[in-house]
Amino acid sequence: MKMILLSGSNVGTKTRAVIDHLAEAVASYDPTIELSVIDLAEADMVFADGRNFTEYTGDAGRVARELMDADAIIIGTPIFQASIPAALKNVFDLLPISAFLDKVVGVIATAGSSKHYLIPAQHLLPILTYMKAQVVQPYVFIEESDLHRGEIVSHDVVQRLDRLVEDTVVLTRTFASIREERDAAYGF
Amino acid sequence: MSESAQLPTTPSQHSGTAGSQPSQQPNYMQEFGFDRGQGLQFGIYSLGDHLPDPHDGSRVDAGQRIHEFIGYAQAAEDAGLDFFSLGESHQEFFASQAHAVILGAIAQATDTIRIGSSSTILSTSDPVRVFENFATIDLISGGRAELVAGRASRIGLFELLGYDLRDYEELYEEKLDLLLQINREKQVTWSGQFRTPLNDAEVLPRPTGQALRIWRAVGGAPASAVKAGLAGVPMVMAHLGGTTSVFKGTVDAYRRAAAHAGFDPATLPIATAGFFHAAETSQQALAGMYPHINEGMKRTNGQGMPKQHFAQSVHPASIANIGSPQQIIEKILHQHEVFGHQRYLAQIDFGGMPYAEVMKQIEIIGTEILPSVKKYTAEEAIR
Repeated sequence: MKMILLSGSNVGTKTRAVIDHLAEAVASYDPTIELSVIDLAEADMVFADGRNFTEYTGDAGRVARELMDADAIIIGTPIFQASIPAALKNVFDLLPISAFLDKVVGVIATAGSSKHYLIPAQHLLPILTYMKAQVVQPYVFIEESDLHRGEIVSHDVVQRLDRLVEDTVVLTRTFASIREERDAAYGF
Repeated sequence: MSESAQLPTTPSQHSGTAGSQPSQQPNYMQEFGFDRGQGLQFGIYSLGDHLPDPHDGSRVDAGQRIHEFIGYAQAAEDAGLDFFSLGESHQEFFASQAHAVILGAIAQATDTIRIGSSSTILSTSDPVRVFENFATIDLISGGRAELVAGRASRIGLFELLGYDLRDYEELYEEKLDLLLQINREKQVTWSGQFRTPLNDAEVLPRPTGQALRIWRAVGGAPASAVKAGLAGVPMVMAHLGGTTSVFKGTVDAYRRAAAHAGFDPATLPIATAGFFHAAETSQQALAGMYPHINEGMKRTNGQGMPKQHFAQSVHPASIANIGSPQQIIEKILHQHEVFGHQRYLAQIDFGGMPYAEVMKQIEIIGTEILPSVKKYTAEEAIR
């Protein structure tokens, strides 16, 4: 299974800190998972211009191809202006409309205020659903007070992240198995 | 009709891109030689891909692949088909970038079958050069050439050929306007945004007949069909998937737009094009084509086709003509009833389909499918 952890912002540290924690949690849950982290803060991205994703070069092409090649993705997003960052939206714009077909996508969101709790549901999940993702329910929402100097200090958040990892892996395997059985039934 | 496909409020708002007023509109049905007594025209096309066979990874060299295209056209002629066309695509795994050159070879290698493009990417070509190429093919072939002008579905060629993607829409519209004007006028005076003006220019050679047969390529969406209708230009629709009923809206939008702009829709031919694969049973047809479509799409688009979607292509309501010969006959007849189109184009190869298999497909069309399609779509049969 190929899994990508996507840190969806080119600024800030909280989302990346949670992604790093998730990387350890995934490795600990199942070391056979082929895991890679994409941090948009470390990528030199261009704005999507409508071309096929295979036609992008540089980091934009690499990021698009890695995401298309994955079986499971956990997207981390901070909340900017009551929405997802432009950098993350740009990643979706690089991809085809059915990019997440046959992929399981989990979500974590970091925010400075609990008032943003529903932003992932309102802004991110509709995009993922449109792009045919099997979205893991529920997402993990992490506030400023759950983190201290790059470390997660809330046991509750740690447990919810562990559950997200397990749910993502189990769902990915389950859907793969369902798909395999269904495809075999077509007989071609 | 969707908002993007709204008609202008008055006919005067359309640009009259046919190079003539509606009152002088030629009868394309006659000019293109469509005879209702002969029934639906049947053609085949290749996009010119150069993909490996998914079963063993083998791939012929580019030279052999190009000769295969020529062989398809010869076989189509021998099988009694009406039309053969070849597309251009400027990306990896394609061998027909210079499709006009290959069509020149096909013109020489065949005698009676009509030949054309599917399609010529006009957005990134000079209409004068395109006209020169196709008028030349027309002369070599003794008046058998047709030109399907498309907008480009891939963006890489804009960079390759030195165009700005921001001009995507306008590049095509302006170049099609000019191409149609060159086709209709012996001396052309023209100015636009994307090439130097023409002052009383004579574009040579002139084709065999009065004019080249030029079609506008239209994807599935009605908006492009509306543009074709407003300009009064014959339309080729590409159908990659979905149900026949979905594309009826596009056909209706085209004819409605043409009528709105003062053209008689009865003078405007329509062609449809899409996936085709025949085998003894529908299950064998699915099995024979799926690996080629799936692996081919993965390599050229980055994403394969789910089996679930492909399995639906044998359904009677699906636009894809995949199944047993009898099922395909029934589908084509149904599509003809729905669209009232003049020509059907079957895509006979994709994704490294072996040459021998394509030859078999052409033979099945010629011996089993074509006679029935002609019989039941000829005017006397309809009456």
